Amino acid sequence: MEGATMKAIYGLYSDPDSAQHAVESLRRAGVADDSISVLASQPYEEYEFSHRYKQTWLFWIAAGGGALGLWLGLGLAYLTETRWPLVTGGMPIFAWWPNIIIMFELTMLGAIIATVVSLLAMTELPTIRSKVYDPEVSQGKILVAVENPADGEISTLERTLKGSGITEVKRFT
Amino acid sequence: MKTLARCPRSLTSSASSDMDLATERKINEDLLRPLRQTSVWFFLLIAGLGIIVLAGVGSWMYQVWNGLAVAGIRWPVFWAFYITNFVFWIGISHAGTLISAILRLVNATWRRPVTRCAEVITVFALMIGAMFPIIHLGRPWLFFWLIPYPSERQIWPNLRSPLAWDFFAISTYLTGSTLFLLLPLIPDFALLRDQMRGWRKRIYAVLALGWQGTTKQWHRLEAAMQIMAIAIVPVAVSVHTIVSFDFSMSSVPMWHSTVFGPYFVAGAIFSGIAALILAMAVLRKALHLEEYLHPVHFQNLGKLLLMMSLLWGYFTFAERLTTWYGNNSAEMAVFWETQTGAYSPLFWTMVFCNFVIPFPLLAIRRLRTITGTVIASSLIVVGMWLERFLIIVPSLATKHLPYAWGAYRPQPVEIMITVATFAAMVLLYALFAKAVPIISIWELKVGGHAQPVLTPEEQEEQRELWKARP
Repeated sequence: MEGATMKAIYGLYSDPDSAQHAVESLRRAGVADDSISVLASQPYEEYEFSHRYKQTWLFWIAAGGGALGLWLGLGLAYLTETRWPLVTGGMPIFAWWPNIIIMFELTMLGAIIATVVSLLAMTELPTIRSKVYDPEVSQGKILVAVENPADGEISTLERTLKGSGITEVKRFT
Repeated sequence: MKTLARCPRSLTSSASSDMDLATERKINEDLLRPLRQTSVWFFLLIAGLGIIVLAGVGSWMYQVWNGLAVAGIRWPVFWAFYITNFVFWIGISHAGTLISAILRLVNATWRRPVTRCAEVITVFALMIGAMFPIIHLGRPWLFFWLIPYPSERQIWPNLRSPLAWDFFAISTYLTGSTLFLLLPLIPDFALLRDQMRGWRKRIYAVLALGWQGTTKQWHRLEAAMQIMAIAIVPVAVSVHTIVSFDFSMSSVPMWHSTVFGPYFVAGAIFSGIAALILAMAVLRKALHLEEYLHPVHFQNLGKLLLMMSLLWGYFTFAERLTTWYGNNSAEMAVFWETQTGAYSPLFWTMVFCNFVIPFPLLAIRRLRTITGTVIASSLIVVGMWLERFLIIVPSLATKHLPYAWGAYRPQPVEIMITVATFAAMVLLYALFAKAVPIISIWELKVGGHAQPVLTPEEQEEQRELWKARP
């Protein structure tokens, strides 16, 4: 049976209303949210399907990265200035005022790098794993997929996806 | 419809839902056209710019071989064209990331076609600007001494020096700006992966990192961009403040001023917006982006430019008045050199370029057209370069005691390197626009391009047409 190697079945919808309808229909058919994927060429923020996964730790991770950067800046300034204790312009060896600049820059750098690294980790990028996708998405179609469907459910799922205004359901293997 | 069940906003009001597939495909086609089609003019432009850049590299090699004596910098003016260029290009870099971040944070919908044009300027201007301290070094191969690393001599950079602050500030801003440019490029790389053929498809597939466009990916990307925008604004402000500290931390007349930080930041944003307007006007014409870069974008940026022109005028007046009123003899010597002395032609040209001519062009609505904003911006770019020069050179040439006074004459090697950096900027920008959509395609789609924003005149015209209908 081809379902043994199939990773997903999906439909391509021309507008977000139909895609939202398909998502609702799949839910009513008993498909769990985690098994439904919606792929689009833009974020449809006005639609409910784009509101899943809204909860994120990204802001806190960025703050953590900033805190780490702050300590790195402080440590770097302290260690370098005390390792080579050269008096400059009558300033103390470890001078807070100028060091605040180093600490600030490294704080922001820490926050920025933490944000980008977390983004890549959370969205599983870069990836070389084969994942459900169709190039039609980049032309504006919205892909609604059910991942890893059980063999017995495929015909029901095909009917459900077609019920939202499409004539063809594709398979991703 | 059922879809409204958990939707916070009315679907019917969504611009995105109005956009049909045909519009979306048209946007793809229009914005990918410059990547697919290349005219002979493009190759000629690249060749011409390449020759100028090579001449600049050759000049620099000549200077490295013969020493800094071939440049015009000599006692007492040790900072001149190179440091002017450094400050100028760092200022131009404020065009992009800062403006883009602010517009993103205030959710200005008209920003969408503008942001990438702006962000690219930041990255390339920073790269060019950061080269100048190295070009200015007598032994440029030792530039890495600025980097804090555990060398075998156990000597660390002096972190209490503004030059070391520059290293940290510019590195942070360049890293942040590059990432700020690259993150929203990932979905567009995915689009290019699907649309291109052959070797280009393979390159874009690697750059797309396997982007699918899942709801999770979109949400995380937008959250990350929001955080980056919040982080990049203070970094951008800090960068030019720290560049100003290179001057204001010393006791040179007219440099040791508390106003220098905000004065430099305001000037940087001012010149940055002007550069952005010029870049947009050229892109609009050369890549036929009239449908995407509307007159209203130039009008809105023109209003920002007007505000910055007023702010620049205010800072210049405050700085000059304070100096004049203080009547410190060392400072007054520099003051009169720029007002009526050898540097006065440059000073008054600067005032005309930055304020006198742009003010009416930008303040009068009828004149605030694409042509008007481009003329004002061209003058402002020239005026701001002169401003950087006038901050640096007259103060060093007229420092404290008259026996230490001197003059500066730029030499061909400095002029060639300066011209080459402008050519390098255009060259890098042209190559970038050839490899990547210069307008963010997905952001444009989110904005619902089907309904272009209209200028007040265009709205009036529409109303008249509506009234005249039979």
